[in-house]
Order: sequence, then C-alpha cells, then structure tokens
Amino acid sequence: MATIEQVAPVPRLTSADTLWSWVATVDHKRIGIMYLLGALVFLVIAGAEALLMRAQLATPGGHVISPSFYNQLLTMHGTSMVFLVGTPGVIGFANYAVPLMIGARDMAFPRLNAMSLWLFIFGGLLMHFSFLAGQTPDTGWFSYAPLTAHFASPDYRVDYWILGTLIPSIGTIATALNLIVTIFLFRAPGMTIRRLPLFAWMMLITSFLIIWAFPPLTAAQAMLLVDRWLGGHFFNTMAGGLPILWQHLFWAFGHPEVYILILPAFGILSEVIPVFSRKPIFGYNFMAAATVAIAFLSYLVWGHHMFATGYSIPINASWGALSVLIAVPTGIKIFNYIATMWGGSLHFTTAMLFCIGFVGTFVFGGLSGVTLALVPIDWQVTDTYYVVGHFHFVLIGGTVFGLFAGTYYWFPKMTGRLLSERLGRWHFWLFLIGFLLTFVPMHLTGLIGMPRRIYTYPAYPGWSELNAISSIGAVFMALGALAFVWNIIRSLSHGEKAGDDPWDAYTLEWATSSPPPPDNFREPLPPIRSRRPFWDRKYPDEADWKTEHGG
Amino acid sequence: MAAEAFPREAGHAAEERLRAIDPNVLGVAFFISSEALFFVSLIIAFVVYRGRDLAEATGHLDVGRTAIFTVALLASSGTIMLAERQFKRGSLGGGRAWLAVTVLLGLTFLIGQGIEYLGLLRQDITPQSNLWATTFFTLTGFHGLHVFVGLIVLSILLGVALAGEVTRRRHTALTAAGLYWHFVDGVWIVVFSLVYLWR
Repeated sequence: MATIEQVAPVPRLTSADTLWSWVATVDHKRIGIMYLLGALVFLVIAGAEALLMRAQLATPGGHVISPSFYNQLLTMHGTSMVFLVGTPGVIGFANYAVPLMIGARDMAFPRLNAMSLWLFIFGGLLMHFSFLAGQTPDTGWFSYAPLTAHFASPDYRVDYWILGTLIPSIGTIATALNLIVTIFLFRAPGMTIRRLPLFAWMMLITSFLIIWAFPPLTAAQAMLLVDRWLGGHFFNTMAGGLPILWQHLFWAFGHPEVYILILPAFGILSEVIPVFSRKPIFGYNFMAAATVAIAFLSYLVWGHHMFATGYSIPINASWGALSVLIAVPTGIKIFNYIATMWGGSLHFTTAMLFCIGFVGTFVFGGLSGVTLALVPIDWQVTDTYYVVGHFHFVLIGGTVFGLFAGTYYWFPKMTGRLLSERLGRWHFWLFLIGFLLTFVPMHLTGLIGMPRRIYTYPAYPGWSELNAISSIGAVFMALGALAFVWNIIRSLSHGEKAGDDPWDAYTLEWATSSPPPPDNFREPLPPIRSRRPFWDRKYPDEADWKTEHGG
Repeated sequence: MAAEAFPREAGHAAEERLRAIDPNVLGVAFFISSEALFFVSLIIAFVVYRGRDLAEATGHLDVGRTAIFTVALLASSGTIMLAERQFKRGSLGGGRAWLAVTVLLGLTFLIGQGIEYLGLLRQDITPQSNLWATTFFTLTGFHGLHVFVGLIVLSILLGVALAGEVTRRRHTALTAAGLYWHFVDGVWIVVFSLVYLWR
C-alpha cells in the first residue's frame, strides 16, 4: 500500500521523556497533547481577563481598571477564546483521537502537523507579547473597519491582532487538510466511511469548514495589512472604500467558525454519551447527515451578524429564515443524544455530567439564538448583553463543556491515569452554577438595554443587581476552573491507574495501551466489522455486526 | 500499519477508488480549494471597487504585452504535463528537460509582471494612488506571489529530479505540484480577464 511507504521515513523518537523529544516530535499524540496544554494555558489567561472585566463591571461606575485597559481585555479575551482556546482545543482532541479511532499509525503528514502546532504556539505568544510591548490590541475580536484603519489606530495594536490570529490560522488550515487526507486515506481496512466513529465524522466536516471558512478572513486581513502598510484604500471611506466589505468577509469566516467550535464538541458527546449509557449511538446516519446540513447552512447565514447594517427587509428576512433552519439539524442531534440516554444504563462520570450539562445549556443557548435570528428582535437587542449571554451559552455551555467532557474521557488514554472524580464533581458543579449565575442574568441586562463592549454603566434600576450576580457567578466559574487545573496537575502523578480501557468503551483508541506506543498499535487491531469494533471483540456474543449491517 | 495483518474486506467500489488516491495529490487538491476561496475574496473586492477610478487607471495597462506573458504562463501548464508524461514513461531526461522549460516559462511571466509594476511605479501609480490601484496591486501581487512559490516548488522538484529521485514509480510529488501550478494558471485566466480584458 503506497500510503504505508509515505509514513515510514518519519524520524522515530529515541528518548521518551526529554523536553527535546517533545519539541522535536511529529507524533500526533504528543502534538495533540501540546495543543491541549497550550489551549489550557491561554484559557487560564483569557479567563483571568474575563474576571478582571467582571470585577470592573461588578458595581456601577467602577474604577478597577481604566477604560482603555478594558478595551484591551475585551479584545484579548474574545480573540484568545476563539483562536487560542476553542480552535486549538478541538484541534488538540482531533489530533490525539482521530488517528487512533480510525486505526491509523499517525496523521497523513506528521511534519506538517508539527508545523501547525508551532504556528499556533508562536502565534499565541506573539499575540501576548503585545502586553509587554505596550501595544495590546483594543479594537475587539471582530476588529471592524474603519476603527482599524491607520488614521484611527496608528500604533501597532491592530498589527499584533492581525499577525497573532493569522499565524495560528495558517496552522489550523494545515491541520484541517491533514485531517481530511488522514480520514479519507489512512483508515484501517474495514473502517468504511459509514463505520467512522462520529467524532471522526464531525472532525472531517469541521475540517472542510476550516479550509473553506478561514480564507475570507485571511484575505480580509491581507487587505487590512495593505491598507495599513502600503497606504491602500480597501476600507478607507475617504477614498471610497467600504467598511462593510470587512464585515462581510469577517462574518463569512466568523459564522462558520462558531460551527468549527461546536461540531467537534458534538463529536465528543457522540462518543462519550453512548459509552456511559451502555448503548450504541441512536440515529448514526442522521447524526452524520445533520452535521453536513449544519455545515452547509453555516455558509449561508453570515448576514445575521449584520442585521443592523441597513440591508433591505427581503435580504434580512432570507438570512433570518436560513438561520432559523439550522435549529432543525441541531435539534436532531439533541434528540439523538436524549434517545441514546433513554433506557440506557447511565453512568454519571464527570465526562457524562458535562455531556448532560451540555444538552441542557446548549438547548437554552440554541433557543436564544433562534430569537436573535428573528430580525425585529435582533434590532431590539443587538449590541446588548442579550447577545453576550447567548453566545456564551453556546460557546461555554456547548464548546467548553464538550472540551471538558473530552478531557475527562481521554485523559486516561493520554496519561495512563484517571482524573479524580471527586475533584471532577467539584469542577462540574462549581462551573455549572457559576456559568448559570453569570450568563442567565446577562440576557436580562440586555433586554433592559445595557449595551455591550462598554467599560462601565450608570446605576439604572436592575442593572447593578444583575451585574453583581454575573460577577459573583464568574468567581464560581473561576473556582471550578481552578479545580480542573488542580485535578490535571494532581492526577498526572497521583491519579488512579487507568488501565487500557477504563470505560469499557467501543472505539479503537481503547484497544491499545494507555498511553499508546509511538506507532499506536502493537497488537493487531480488532477486525472492523461494525461501528464498535472494540466492543465486538470484547463481547463476541453481542457483536454489533451480528445484529445490524453497520455499513 | 498494524492493521495490514487483517485481510482487506470487500468494500464499496467508491471507497476503493478513494483509497487509491495519493495523499500528496489529495492534500494539494483540498489546499487548492481553500486557496481558491482566498482569491475569490480578493476578486470580490476588486469587482466591488472596479467601477471607481477605472477609466483613469486602465489606460496605464499594456494589454498586448501582458497577453504575451500570459501565453508563457499558460504554456507552462502544458509543459509540466509533458514533463509528467515523460517521467511516467520512464524517460527521465525528457522529464527533466520539460520541467526546466516549465520553470523558465514561469520565470518569464514573473519578469513580465516585474516590468509592468516598474512601469506603473515610474508613472507614480502605487497602491496608495486610488482604490483601483489598491485592488490591482493586491490581486495581481498575490497571484505573483503564488507563481513565485510555485517556482520555488518546481525548482526543488527539478533539483530532486536531477538527483534521480523522480522516477517512473515515484512522481506523485510532481503530480501534486502540477495540480497547484495548473491552479495558479487558472487563477491568472480569471484575473487577466477581469483586470485587463473587461473594459
């Protein structure tokens, strides 16, 4: 097989644990782990930025931080969470799990994979070096024109923002290409497309979203660089440039990006919920098809971020209708998760708790999303805390909960040790309660008119109380996150030994040792005759392929 | 792969055809699809701004001369196919020769673009001049950058081929690079039509 020869010349690691062996690695597992560690570090930083903002907003007319520093925190928090936490978080799990799940020895292009990782790390460092340089970006994660034009932002802040996002994005596109080729060509014999684990399915679709959604942003950033450094006029109103062009290109990326963040989380749920319900996933085909439908629709709805820019009613109505349509495939997924749990023998591990939490919070966030897709409502609440409440519900209640679930699920495979379930429960409940306290009130502060992206507010009736609750909630979230970080640090050395298959799971990554050897599988793979090959080998009497077609 | 220990199951025909594709070629094919959207974004900007400052600007472009350099670039798409065919036949000398011709033709195109840029700069037309000039330099500049990157790739391949590493059985890198090169040519057909021929 030609594909085997392609991988063979990759340099083998000689020493297992030296720092250099991690720096020089091209092993998808180590790269995945480093992606996740990087995402965790930036999560802590961006979380601290959010805490500072909540401290400032805890009381009306607060003086904790200066207005300009607030703008910097607002920008760095949003940018980091999207480009340096969410995206590398899902890419980290994809890197680690997808080759194992499909029975491959590594990614298709291991060196390219290492390049992606280091672009992410150095891009993130460059972004944060702006703090030391006194040039922290302050134009928002969306960096709308013409605020980013040279006349409005003459220093290097916008340039840090452009390069700090552009560099990791190049790595993200490279990883997506890598994943597509890996999933198409490096599946083990018998692992047909219709037997792919759903996480791999959703990473495949996410990868297509990545390679087709990032280019408009890259092009827009290139234009902005031309404007700023070569005196171009793309977004210069005085020379006839159109700032709205930036919004179109940015959201042509920005909307698919939110599905790039959520689809892999759906994928993690599609692995974790069946294992802890002791049942196969309900509606596999519908899950895969719904993912494709969501990805397709996500390219058509960027305009719903621009309802307030003055397009005509028919155009806005089309964008709104298409946006509402996304609720259908998303609803299919939620119903399938519930149907998978229904009648199952549920095991309430921390991973499962985060999945169940996800289903609840994501339905809430999804429904507030439907309200925002309705143009008249959007006109009322756009640029208020209602929007902030909504997207934190889907990005935290969705993506972050999914990433947490994935961490508790795959940590034993990565390290050979289990995370503490006791600390995990502290993590889950503190974080969930903090999350609800922080973001439920924001919907109300938004509805009574509090604008977002402003460093302070007057003591209008209701505003002070709701903001105080949000700030208290943020403290609970921080405590939960602290429990999570402490859990990881402690379990690395003191965690209970996991064994190869602690969850009695179904997919191929559990058929190898914990942690797996550099080339993934020492023993022959289980024969792949259904969607749960490892289950079939462990329970030959109840094997899936005896009872179903399994593709 | 450890999985090789197992006999291959009779899969669907489509699945088998998919697995027969070379990873390099498949990777480049999807990379191109991503690149295409990058150019689509730049082209949208060009088309949106095209009406402004157009009459004054297009008069400075030498369509005839650029057409000649365009022929050189398009011809290089043919010569790279000839190179690939020669390698497939096992004629290494022929393959190397056509590859060298491809590099030279690409270089010719870049020189043509350099001449055009110099002429414009001498007339004090820069990205700062007006909106049309901004979009012109950005669009053609990014295309030129892609030709340049393609030339680096092809030059490396030529070196590898001269070292005897491209053979009848090992030429998928050339196929992959060729795919990218055809794409760069295709983009130029669109850019040339929009920027030079659309009056």
